[in-house]
Amino acid sequence: MFGLKGDWSLEVKDRYFTLEDYCGAEPRWCTGCGDHGILAAVHRVCRESQIAPEKTVAVSGIGCSSRLPHYMKTYGFHGLHGRALPVACGVKSRRPDLDVWVATGDGDCFSIGAAHWIHAMRYNMDITLLVFDNGIYGLTKKQTSPTTPLDVPTNTHPSGALLPPLNPLTVTLGVTNISFVAQIVDWNAPLRHEVIRRAHEHKGTSFVRIIQRCPVYVESIGKALQDEPARMQLLTHEKGVQVADNVKRLFPNHAEHDPSDIAAALAIAADDSVLPLGILYHNPDAPRYDMMTSVGMEMSVDEKLAGMNRALDNFAI
Amino acid sequence: MTKTETAVDTKYLFKRYETWWVKVAVPRSLRKKLGYDLRKSLQTHDLEQAQEARWAVAEEFRARIEKAQRETESKSANQDSNMVDIEVASPQKTAGARQVDEYIVEIVSDSGEGAQKCGQVLGLVSGKMGNGVWTVEIIPAEIQPPARERQGASGIRVRMGSKEMTNMGDEAEMVVAFNEQVLYSRIGNHAYKKGTVVLLESMWAEDPEEKIRNQYKDALADFAAQGLVVHELPIQKECLKLVPDPRKGKNMFVLGMLCRIFSRDIDTAKNEIAKIFKKKSDKVIKINHDLFDAGFAFAQENLDYAFEISTAEEDRMESPVVINGNTAVGLGVMAAGIELVAMYPITPATSASHYLAEDFHLTGGFVHQAEDEIAAIGFAIGASYAGKTACTITSGPGMALKTEMIGLAVMAEVPLVIVDVQRGSPSTGLPTKVEQGDLLSSLYGAAGDAPKVVIAAATISECFHFVVMARKLAESFRTPVIILTDANLATGVQPIERPEVTDEWFAPPLDQSSWDKEVAPYNWDETTGLSERPIPGMRGGEYILTGLAHNRNSKIAYDSASNQEGMNMRSRKLATLGATLKPPEIHGDPTGDLLIVGWGSTLGAIEEAVDRARAQGHKVSSVHLRFLSPLEPGLKKIFSGFKKVMTIEINYSDDPDSPLINEENRRISQLALVLRAHTLMDIQCWSKVPGHPLQPGAIGKVIQANLTETEGAEACSA
Repeated sequence: MFGLKGDWSLEVKDRYFTLEDYCGAEPRWCTGCGDHGILAAVHRVCRESQIAPEKTVAVSGIGCSSRLPHYMKTYGFHGLHGRALPVACGVKSRRPDLDVWVATGDGDCFSIGAAHWIHAMRYNMDITLLVFDNGIYGLTKKQTSPTTPLDVPTNTHPSGALLPPLNPLTVTLGVTNISFVAQIVDWNAPLRHEVIRRAHEHKGTSFVRIIQRCPVYVESIGKALQDEPARMQLLTHEKGVQVADNVKRLFPNHAEHDPSDIAAALAIAADDSVLPLGILYHNPDAPRYDMMTSVGMEMSVDEKLAGMNRALDNFAI
Repeated sequence: MTKTETAVDTKYLFKRYETWWVKVAVPRSLRKKLGYDLRKSLQTHDLEQAQEARWAVAEEFRARIEKAQRETESKSANQDSNMVDIEVASPQKTAGARQVDEYIVEIVSDSGEGAQKCGQVLGLVSGKMGNGVWTVEIIPAEIQPPARERQGASGIRVRMGSKEMTNMGDEAEMVVAFNEQVLYSRIGNHAYKKGTVVLLESMWAEDPEEKIRNQYKDALADFAAQGLVVHELPIQKECLKLVPDPRKGKNMFVLGMLCRIFSRDIDTAKNEIAKIFKKKSDKVIKINHDLFDAGFAFAQENLDYAFEISTAEEDRMESPVVINGNTAVGLGVMAAGIELVAMYPITPATSASHYLAEDFHLTGGFVHQAEDEIAAIGFAIGASYAGKTACTITSGPGMALKTEMIGLAVMAEVPLVIVDVQRGSPSTGLPTKVEQGDLLSSLYGAAGDAPKVVIAAATISECFHFVVMARKLAESFRTPVIILTDANLATGVQPIERPEVTDEWFAPPLDQSSWDKEVAPYNWDETTGLSERPIPGMRGGEYILTGLAHNRNSKIAYDSASNQEGMNMRSRKLATLGATLKPPEIHGDPTGDLLIVGWGSTLGAIEEAVDRARAQGHKVSSVHLRFLSPLEPGLKKIFSGFKKVMTIEINYSDDPDSPLINEENRRISQLALVLRAHTLMDIQCWSKVPGHPLQPGAIGKVIQANLTETEGAEACSA
């Protein structure tokens, strides 16, 4: 594994990064919280990519999910509620050399940060966006989130959520210029890892909605799915996510779906009878805003000075 | 520049902006045909060359005069061809033009008729001729308000003078009005005085609608009764000779008129017109040049007003650039080496970003138009965090939305430049009009204690230089820096000395060297509160920035000691910066009866008013603050030299004479409140929210009123 490649040639690197190089503080999430597994997958994908920790930036908003940067040994930005995406886009805008991750939640992304969600998807900068969707506000202690299922009681709606939950997949798939949309559940490690790896590999904004268990406040949401795997459907395709047969067997429902087919993706996303898992949509060719925001970065000081004088010349007498 | 200065032979010669010209006087009988004189540039700065070249030109002129004489005598001259001669003659200096030190002219129209463009070019040309200039735009909030509506008045004031102009001045001496209704809105603002010359579009007298005809007729009588000197001009009719729809183009005709009236340089004006339409076809430029020429000729033939405003060589700037405050901000961003501006459209700030969108590439920068104000500052903070100190430009309502992010930048010590082009407030307020209402919200707006640097530009030149300074402060002190400008500076056009940008102004290249792991990301210096920041990409500097209370290692820390230390350190940075500042300069004597304290764009008007009062023998001085947080030192000492100290501001305070208002409950203006708290002195205030810049005349009255109170009184007990 140390530099020995498939063709038995040896690649010697100055630095090789282990999991430990990406692992920060001891996570303080609750026992049984789905976030632990997602964090583990992020650490693993970082190690596989061998991108230096100092070149990695984890950006988050506020909420349980948004504690993730603290558990990384990379650079991190734990900012404001709902505002992870603008910050992450700003980081990427003039630093295309940095590997940017965003950790956000259903309240952070789909509610207070909804405007940024829509627009960041359209910007399609090279960012890996993980939405930890537990269907509840956890950190503020059990308030209804946009994805809380109907009739689930919360502290703001004690007799159950009043409105049908928002469908983040159809919304995301409806945004112009999206390039990567996937969905997973936190408890299936191989699928979780594989989708996050593919999301990270994708050049563009990769949106991964992760159905994440909150055993403290809404245990029922995750439990219902775990108890009844038939409520989920694994999307398979040669362009989609590849998992071993034993993983496939965990899901009674399979559907062959070509991730380059946006219409089919929308139809799958809109069907709320079953929860689709895997890659719904992937377009590697969508225009990337970070290619546009980084123009002029290579300019030398002399060129800038000359440019400055040209600018002033326009106003000279 | 005048011939009297030289003892050498300058027969037929005169110098205009370094260039020598030939001028031959035209006999009185031919002036209608040829103009007052014939003149031509010799296109040389060299006197000897000019002396040699002049004879041929003079000869040519004399031949032309003789020819015209013969034609007149034989009565065979064709009237129509006279125009051609006039154009060739290009009589830029009108014989008999009255020399004036300064002049204020306004152009008002319905929105979309181009009055502002007309005035901008007039200002630009005047600036390029060496004059001092100050322009103020009169902008309706709607894009296309109904025609002939007082509320919808759109226009511009241009104050030109032989010396530097620092403010809009008092009443205008002349106004060109495209209809009489828009004029009313300016009359309502006391923009004119008895004797102000009104050049009024006369087409309304023959309007098919009787109501309009009557309105026009009534207005004429009304204007006359108010002492305005009205000249009805068939501007529309004249323009129709050249274009089918004079609504577009009338402004260039008027520009031609004004260039004639104020002896402006024709070539400079035409160059500017060509620049405006550079993206259109040559045909469009030609039409606009024709309209300009027609206006010029029309004024020459029909108007007796002719002024010359000349600027002495020693009063000229060495190398001026003519810009408005928002362009200055944009240029400042470039000169500071800032690479990214993230913004959301908001009046009156947006034109700064418009400018950058045009030219930012020259220094390798990019304008990000975000989805909203919050995203704009978030994006800038992201870029700054990643080592590329960015800038966001907005106005009051945008500042309100950005407040939480500003608090984050303070808390996490992210360098950031924030420009607030203030407008009327609160809420949506007066989007296009000036106010200085954001001082307190800039200082204290964020949740809790969020100390940051707040500076206010007082001039267009400072709009430029303060951005450069702000980036450096932001990085040195690891803090957001708010620059307050306002709608008056934003749109005011003025010649300023060209900044000599050096590479030292630019942000240093991105530091990606290794970080000493032993040094904490907030390695606060106990005395100064300062610390260096690791930048993503620096090996060993990895840290998680957080808006939560944190310790030196940027670890979330809820304990009392860490929270207190963080607060102390962030605040101490202001004291550190404050210690490097000098006391403000006093305009006038260091002691006296009255001291006026101002900030922001009121500088020029306050100082002009103070100068007038001082010329009358009053003991008035003024100071103008640039640093509002931290405040400049030595204020208490300065204030104690005066019997009375008061601020003059464009923001709200209760009128002391209003019902229910007494000394105890009076809500005072923003700087006065800050200064009272800072100095524990009895700082008085006079402030108004008129939606237009303060004028020296109005300030003069305030000074007079307050002097009557203090003159002869004992020095106030401090």
